[in-house]
Amino acid sequence: MPAGAVLVGAFQNNQDNPTLSNVRLLFNHPYIDAYRTSIEISLTTALIGGVAGLFIAYAAIREGTPKFLRSGLTTFSGVAANFGGIPLAFAFIATLGPLGILTVFLKDHLHYNLNSQGFSLFSKTGVELAYMYFQLPLMILVISPAIDGLKKEWREAAANLGAQPWQFWRYVGLPVLMPSILGAMILLFGNAFAAYATAYSLTSGSVNIVPILIGAYYSGNVLDNPHLAQAMAFGMFAVLALMMLIYIPLQRRAAKWAK
Amino acid sequence: MGEVKARRFISPSAVVWLLLAAAYFIIPLFATLLISLKSNQTGNCCTAHNYGWVLHNGDFWHTLRISFMLALETIVISLAIFVPTIYLVHLKLPKLRPVIAFLALIPFIVPPIVMVVGLLRTFKGTPAWFYQQPWGFLAAAYVILAFPYMFFSLDAGFRSIDVHTLTEASQSLGASWTTTLFRVILPNIRSAALAASFLTLAIVMGEFTIANLSAFHTFPIFIQYVNESQGFPAGAVTLMSFGITWAAMLSLLLVGRKRGQSSRIIAGAR
Repeated sequence: MPAGAVLVGAFQNNQDNPTLSNVRLLFNHPYIDAYRTSIEISLTTALIGGVAGLFIAYAAIREGTPKFLRSGLTTFSGVAANFGGIPLAFAFIATLGPLGILTVFLKDHLHYNLNSQGFSLFSKTGVELAYMYFQLPLMILVISPAIDGLKKEWREAAANLGAQPWQFWRYVGLPVLMPSILGAMILLFGNAFAAYATAYSLTSGSVNIVPILIGAYYSGNVLDNPHLAQAMAFGMFAVLALMMLIYIPLQRRAAKWAK
Repeated sequence: MGEVKARRFISPSAVVWLLLAAAYFIIPLFATLLISLKSNQTGNCCTAHNYGWVLHNGDFWHTLRISFMLALETIVISLAIFVPTIYLVHLKLPKLRPVIAFLALIPFIVPPIVMVVGLLRTFKGTPAWFYQQPWGFLAAAYVILAFPYMFFSLDAGFRSIDVHTLTEASQSLGASWTTTLFRVILPNIRSAALAASFLTLAIVMGEFTIANLSAFHTFPIFIQYVNESQGFPAGAVTLMSFGITWAAMLSLLLVGRKRGQSSRIIAGAR
């Protein structure tokens, strides 16, 4: 497997600096700030995207919702979860940029000036808003099978024992779903943490996140220090590997109810 | 005693959530469409001029061709490597399967931005025909990027057929290994191979990170260039790129539906 060999080589290279000085630099200004911003963006979009995605998925799956809505949402999510990067960034500039359709509409018709309210699409908030476009579909795709796994009988049994709907969710539904929800949120975190193209295109590289810093070193915009870029890449790998370590036991726990 | 009433109509809260989701997903696409129809001179609606600008742009066709050829190259190389490998693993070395499944997870933990750093370093000393050509360096990177999707899709395909019986039947009829592979196994995993190919197509056509950092001019780089330099035509080229991704993903879903199982469809062009 040549692919496997190159892969292993790909991340061994990040480590092979004889000194630790580059890795140590990561904990200093401004690199630690980039990690903080990256993690903040990833956490925010994972939490909000996770919760909202859960509600949307449940709304599509629950009893009473027409079946075509669910299959439509699943198909759309399958497509939208894969789409991101440069086109996504432009779609948001067209919508909420300074001359975006929605910005102009709000200003002209509702006399509400988004930009003077302190909103800028090219800021951290803007990046988070755009990331939701692939975070929500991913959450919907990942969590739907788990919601399907909630058996109708459990709900009937709870009702027969006199439980209110909120009691069912508090003592049965959420505890069963929790490992799946947390696992899915970790996937979302990793998804946002690794993203580069969307933020790069949206902010022209001005938002200070780790992938953009690494990119800047390679395009020679800042200093040409490939070792530092490699150390930063290694730092990203460490964060994601840590996430994987949390994810695997959660996944095992979630599989318990899947049968 | 409580009783769970079967809900006959859609619940109000479900309506609210689905409408919010629909608004969030549809408005940016609609805004892009409106922008793409605006005239470059007057800023008024509606003209197809921007689409003409894109279609008459030489760089558009040039980069689109590079990306498409790269996608084809990636698909051919990946299938040539992974179909025989996974066939062998299923037939003779089932113990290796978890190992490969683990290797297939690595590109999920190592994002493209990290991978390209490693690749640029690994291949630094290689000859120019490889390092400075998209057909060499980029294709190698994309084969790695496509590996997990290829593996999970093909693996599911191989699991749904009886590899042993098919191979024995084919060999007792006197077929050689190559005949078995091409005329017996391949037709049986065709839909899995197709699904993997469409996914790879979507990934390669949208991949920006690796191409940008290794300074190759592919289709996404062209889109980014238009975004930076041209206001309204950018809307047109963005919608076209959406169209390509959607066509690839919808073909994938159709292929998967025929097979009667959902395939793994989470890629990364972010």
